[in-house]
Amino acid sequence: MSDVTRLTATEIAALVASGDASATEITQAHLDRIAAVDDRVHAFLHVDTEGALAAATAVDERRAAGEELGPLAGVPVAVKDIVATKGVPSTAASKILEGWRPPYDATIVTRMREAGLVMLGKTNLDEFAMGSSTEYSAYGPTFNPWDLSRIPGGSGGGSAAALAAYEAPLAVGTDTGGSIRQPAAVTGTVGAKPTYGGTSRYGLIAFSSSLDTPGPCARTVEDAALLHAVLAGHDPRDSTSIPQPVPDVVGAARRGASGDLTGVKLGLVREFAGEGAEPGVMAAFHDAVDALTKLGAEVVEISCPNFQYALPAYYLIAPSECSSNLARFDGVRYGLRVGDDGAKALEEVMSLTRESGFGAEVKRRIMIGTYALSSGYYDAYYGQAQKVRTLITRDFTSAFERVDVLISPTTPFVAFPLGARTADPYQMYLADLYTIPANLYGGPGISVPCGLSEGLPVGLQITAPTLADDRMYRVAAALESAIGTLTPGELS
Amino acid sequence: MTVTLPPYEDVVARYEPVIGLETHVELGTNTKMFCGCPTDFGGQPNTRICPVCLGLAGSLPVANKAAIEATIRIGLALNCTIATWCRFARKNYFYPDMPKNYQISQYDEPLCIDGWLDVEVDGELVRIGIERVHLEEDTGKTLHVGGATGRIHGATESLVDYNRAGIPLVEIVTKPIPGTGALAPIVARAYVTELRDVIRSLDVSDVRMEQGSLRCDVNTSLNLPGEEWGTRTETKNVNSLRSVERAVRSEIIRQASVLDAGGRIVQETRHFHEDTGDTTSGRSKETATDYRYFPEPDLVPLAPDASWVASLKESLPELPRLHRKRLQTEWGLSDLDMQSVVNAGAVELIEQTIAAGTTPEGARKWWLGELARRANETGIELAAVGASPAHVAELQRLVDEGKLNDKLARTVLEGVIAGEGTPAEIMTARGLEVVSDTGALTAAVDEAIAANPDVAEKIREGKVAAAGALIGAVMKATRGQADAKTVRELIISRLS
Repeated sequence: MSDVTRLTATEIAALVASGDASATEITQAHLDRIAAVDDRVHAFLHVDTEGALAAATAVDERRAAGEELGPLAGVPVAVKDIVATKGVPSTAASKILEGWRPPYDATIVTRMREAGLVMLGKTNLDEFAMGSSTEYSAYGPTFNPWDLSRIPGGSGGGSAAALAAYEAPLAVGTDTGGSIRQPAAVTGTVGAKPTYGGTSRYGLIAFSSSLDTPGPCARTVEDAALLHAVLAGHDPRDSTSIPQPVPDVVGAARRGASGDLTGVKLGLVREFAGEGAEPGVMAAFHDAVDALTKLGAEVVEISCPNFQYALPAYYLIAPSECSSNLARFDGVRYGLRVGDDGAKALEEVMSLTRESGFGAEVKRRIMIGTYALSSGYYDAYYGQAQKVRTLITRDFTSAFERVDVLISPTTPFVAFPLGARTADPYQMYLADLYTIPANLYGGPGISVPCGLSEGLPVGLQITAPTLADDRMYRVAAALESAIGTLTPGELS
Repeated sequence: MTVTLPPYEDVVARYEPVIGLETHVELGTNTKMFCGCPTDFGGQPNTRICPVCLGLAGSLPVANKAAIEATIRIGLALNCTIATWCRFARKNYFYPDMPKNYQISQYDEPLCIDGWLDVEVDGELVRIGIERVHLEEDTGKTLHVGGATGRIHGATESLVDYNRAGIPLVEIVTKPIPGTGALAPIVARAYVTELRDVIRSLDVSDVRMEQGSLRCDVNTSLNLPGEEWGTRTETKNVNSLRSVERAVRSEIIRQASVLDAGGRIVQETRHFHEDTGDTTSGRSKETATDYRYFPEPDLVPLAPDASWVASLKESLPELPRLHRKRLQTEWGLSDLDMQSVVNAGAVELIEQTIAAGTTPEGARKWWLGELARRANETGIELAAVGASPAHVAELQRLVDEGKLNDKLARTVLEGVIAGEGTPAEIMTARGLEVVSDTGALTAAVDEAIAANPDVAEKIREGKVAAAGALIGAVMKATRGQADAKTVRELIISRLS
């Protein structure tokens, strides 16, 4: 058999369904690929060989028994290590959760298991998903398969790199400010942030509760849509989960793949189409806009004046929520405990545990958030940021009165060399400049490859109104049909 | 340090107390506030827990509708306005009995606001303003072992039980209550008692202070007449109705002694001690924790539907004070008599006894008499004395039917309390039934006449009052089981 790791999820599922390949063979091939390349890529924090093979066997047995299998049955998937997986280490790439094996599965993991997806293992990320390069992982960075001296984006660099390195055909990410879309852009893969509440947060180790959204990562738009359909749907365990039916994202992706965008209005975000972005990124973006126009889409320029305040608002809201969400990691019940020598007071043990368990970026955000929520500063910081959030939502809703979707580059720059932006947090935060508004608004966004700049991938972002996730899949699939997928060279 | 405390009467003659009460009520819902774990009291430590109430990473809360409904009903019973839209908020602080190191509570958007509760003190109504009623989750329980005091100081180990973590808790906060003067401690107690009865009538909590399902913090301050209100202290660990009264009284005296000595009151939390009846300083609130409240992002806002609230209001039960008024009329009691029924905690018991088929007088006689005496002697609540309303009703029926006289009935009641069975069973088993069968009694009467010829002669001469001595002899011979009236009639007919 040819190398199955190069196949799309759709192709793999077809092989398994027809019996031309077993889920076990497919899984073993990916485990072999991980064994061969992951010492160089470091996409995985934990490979669950036994669990994966057991899940694959179960799929093969169900097929042999004549059971009807879901459209992704037998397809391997890599899961970002911020998602709780029963009995499998879930660290959020933090020392404070080293060795913690949750006694329960996240809802999205349960859905994937039920759909017959085979979980290969847990992927690397910036600690607690706080970062844009995966360099803030407590277990060492992930390397971009396009150029191992460069970052794979973040926080979900592990999931994106696993796809680009053909270690997995599908992956799950979480997107709080761009953690699915920005890594997708810099690794030449596809990553979608669903509408907030469209996918359950139950079992996501919380970073910023009002922003966190799990979503699919893949190498093609159709694969992403198929995984999206498995992950999405109302969950009674998450009270912010929305009860409305999931839009037909798979149908939309297939319709878009025909390459016809006649009648579709694209809004080009003026504020994100000029200054701040690398010229190569803008060139690739404009080429893609031309391609979309050729497919029949109408492009109009749209101003979203409040988007310029998105980054500062985000860096108040997300740290505020994280300062509270991460308070539970104190060494009392589970995870790391430091200084428990019988002589120290409880508060001291809590303090030592948190001092050594959290990395510098996490501490920075806890401190910012603690300050922003404190009495006397709340209105000026957290309160003000919430007002900005409302204004940004208004920008989106008024834009969507005129156009079907908004488009922009996903991120201002291509994958940068490791270490290039760690000295200045603000330079790092700029990586999410274009992705953050959709999180503050709650609408869906997708990054799809749109070309290369100096040999490195560039992503185009499509954002849509809340609950209209299907629209972005249609446009993304159309673009993909026009310019194709991106394939990195062999790993050096 | 020994301080001579000024007498209470002297203090309240010079200072005006302002009190305020914060009461926490554990709701009797089947499941916890934000997860499906059971809420029953007791149980092996850490057995009624799940990822949500343990605050495991990734778990999320989902609000319990029954708890929201119970809170709204409490709010309505306290004449509050129910919010049309409100949110939960996170109260952030580190403590090991809080699984998430924040408590999901409500802050500036409580579910119920601005109500009142009328309480009766010395026959007069005092209207207590209600500031707010909100819903939150309870914490776990910390147990310090190895030390002498059970407190953290000196302990070798601290254990945490999370069974209680996440149980729905309603906080009811009064507005400041000025102007009660010397009655402040009694008003405080009357308020908590009335609040307890209201909540019990709603059937949303068992409101038992000794089990902690009703907990009370008492705020107290003193000021000189005409001056601004003083600095208040918050007294915790007030675990019985009696303690509410004692805590207010003791804190009034303590604050007066500080002020008399030219000192100033520190805003702080104080702990009440059941054994000594006084309070000691806890943590100071002047360097108070900043709880960094913010709206809970894991939960959607609460927006109780107006028609739902209206239907809840419609279906509220008759509230205790009005209920008592109605009963007083039905039972034909004076204010004073009703007051003693209330004070004995016998309203419901008497009501149920009457419902079981007895007259108000019959029911009241037993509950306020023999049973109240026994409850007092043994220091237990009347309801726990060992006799049920059904027992009492049956006992009185046996008396009314002439099968028991009062003395025999008391003996039977002892058997009931000892758990020997129902009154009728005990009467039969012990052979205590009144003998009114004339055939059986005639022999005893004749014997008594024969043994007391002098007395018999007097009766024959018309001195009917002398019959008492013969009746006594018959009663003695029948071990008290003879029906006295029948005996009397027999004696007179034999001797006339």
